[in-house]
Amino acid sequence: MYKCIFRRLTQGVVVLLVVSFLCFIIFQFFGDPVLTLAGRYATKAQQDAVRIKMGLDKPFYVQYFVFLKNALHGDFGLSYVAQTPVLGLILERLPASIELAISAMFIALTFGIGLGVLVSLNPRNFMSRIIMSGSLFGISLPTFLIGILLIMIFSVIFRILPTFGRGAVIKIAERWRTGIFTIDGLRHLILPAFTLGMYQMAVLLRLTRGGMLEVLREDYIRTAWAKGLSPRIVIFKHALKNALIPVVTMAGLQFGELIAFSIVTESIFQWPGAGNLLLTAVYETDHPVIVAYVMMTSIIILFLNLLVDILYGYINPKIRYE
Amino acid sequence: MKSKRFYRYIKDISAVTGSLILIIMLIGAIFAPVIAPRNPYDMENLYLKDSLLPTIWMEGGKAPFILGTDDQGRDILSTILYGCRTSFTVGFSVILIAGMIGITIGLLSGFYRGLLETVTMRLADAIFSFSTTLIAMLFLGVLKSHNVGTVILAIVITDWVRYARTMRGSVLSVKEEDYVSAARAVGASDLRIMLKYILPNAIPPILIVAAVDFGAAVMLEATLSFLGVGVPINKPSLGMMVSTGKNYIYAGKWWLVVFPGIALLLIVFGINLLADWLREEINPKISKGKVS
Repeated sequence: MYKCIFRRLTQGVVVLLVVSFLCFIIFQFFGDPVLTLAGRYATKAQQDAVRIKMGLDKPFYVQYFVFLKNALHGDFGLSYVAQTPVLGLILERLPASIELAISAMFIALTFGIGLGVLVSLNPRNFMSRIIMSGSLFGISLPTFLIGILLIMIFSVIFRILPTFGRGAVIKIAERWRTGIFTIDGLRHLILPAFTLGMYQMAVLLRLTRGGMLEVLREDYIRTAWAKGLSPRIVIFKHALKNALIPVVTMAGLQFGELIAFSIVTESIFQWPGAGNLLLTAVYETDHPVIVAYVMMTSIIILFLNLLVDILYGYINPKIRYE
Repeated sequence: MKSKRFYRYIKDISAVTGSLILIIMLIGAIFAPVIAPRNPYDMENLYLKDSLLPTIWMEGGKAPFILGTDDQGRDILSTILYGCRTSFTVGFSVILIAGMIGITIGLLSGFYRGLLETVTMRLADAIFSFSTTLIAMLFLGVLKSHNVGTVILAIVITDWVRYARTMRGSVLSVKEEDYVSAARAVGASDLRIMLKYILPNAIPPILIVAAVDFGAAVMLEATLSFLGVGVPINKPSLGMMVSTGKNYIYAGKWWLVVFPGIALLLIVFGINLLADWLREEINPKISKGKVS
């Protein structure tokens, strides 16, 4: 198992190197940093001074290694717009994004797996059909549309939930500002979390149902029923555990999507997270912020995938980690 | 066999509904210049005094603006029809281009294995964990000029791995069949074996992937345009219409968002219904399970 983790780690490092190289290319070829830093009206001499100061006169590979070295030290340079270190900007916004993503994932997993099991037990009854049609809508509605529809229903028509920002936040542990301990913060969290979680929920629901329907036909389930075990044990312990394997794989593959859609969600609800920061950076061509965001999300995604791989071994001991 | 399949198709309510929805939307898109009451991008036809009109059945609505107008005075119905053209263009282009690249690479890497297979599959793993959506967003975010072509490119650069992966899987299972060995024994060339014996048998799973992918591409284009990194402002897009409309929902002008949203939903819903049917038809054992 350690061997496998080690192999995944090396693979992760390779991926990170490739990503960092792509980021470096973004830095070099899209938008001229000299022009941005020296200003549009700088003289040729001033431009050269900036170029030498930033090391942009050195050969390509030297610049890449300098970039890598700085990145490893967490130094992605200054934001062109805010003129402050980029890493700080992102770290400041990250707690809000993580809170939103975890809430969404929680909603997706509980409702997705819960409803999926419910539907698989009585696949033909009326309620199941309603839930399944609902899930088809869930995968057919893009996240931004879900968000706007939720705003229209709960904020414009019924006026019961706020749609803007994070509400009251309190500070815990030095830097982490959180909204989950205040009623106002929680109220602000509901709509964005459901918006972000809805699509994943529909995906997981359909996967769970498919898996359960297959597993429930197996002989060992019939044996379990015949032994007179309680439905709770048969359904959750014998059947669900085996049906969950594809669900876990899928949930693991969804992290990238989750981050992508958190950008959309954060923009709709003006959620002060990293995704919103990225969008602003895109509109303002603030490359250091974009690059740092990309590196950051790559590390998070690779780390989470490793975590899922390990978890996978626990639910399915048949996998031997060759 | 063929007619039996057709019979099952006609009997399947959701498959027929899905196809009908798609056909109607497609006709609307193709004949948009003929059907649409107005050309929403003809500047001479736009009057600001017609802006933000409600639908024709509401108070203040006026002909010919059946579904009302947006903030520029554009007819919503016409803009939707033109927007569907963009959606279908992106959808079809993506599945055609990504499909061709993916099928070729998948076929070769499944047939010859070796380094090509390793590289393709590792690349596929990495792309899957980052997701097409995220990569397309970042790609277009860095790019400065935007048009329908760049949107298609942004989706295709990662999307082909879906096809490559599925194709490789089918090739690996078909390759060991007796009829392939038989073909080899009588001296058929690699190319002939691939195209004539392996490809046709590996196509059905690809069809499912293509159907799901079509819906995903349409949604992704709308999302990208919604974020402002998709098609340019002077081109019609359902996602951009929703993006404009969201500024007016607090003012109660719901028609700016709701109708483009319904159009988008219908296209994706239609293809997903069809994909569901296809999935059960091709692989009846796994029903309504996997979505991607």
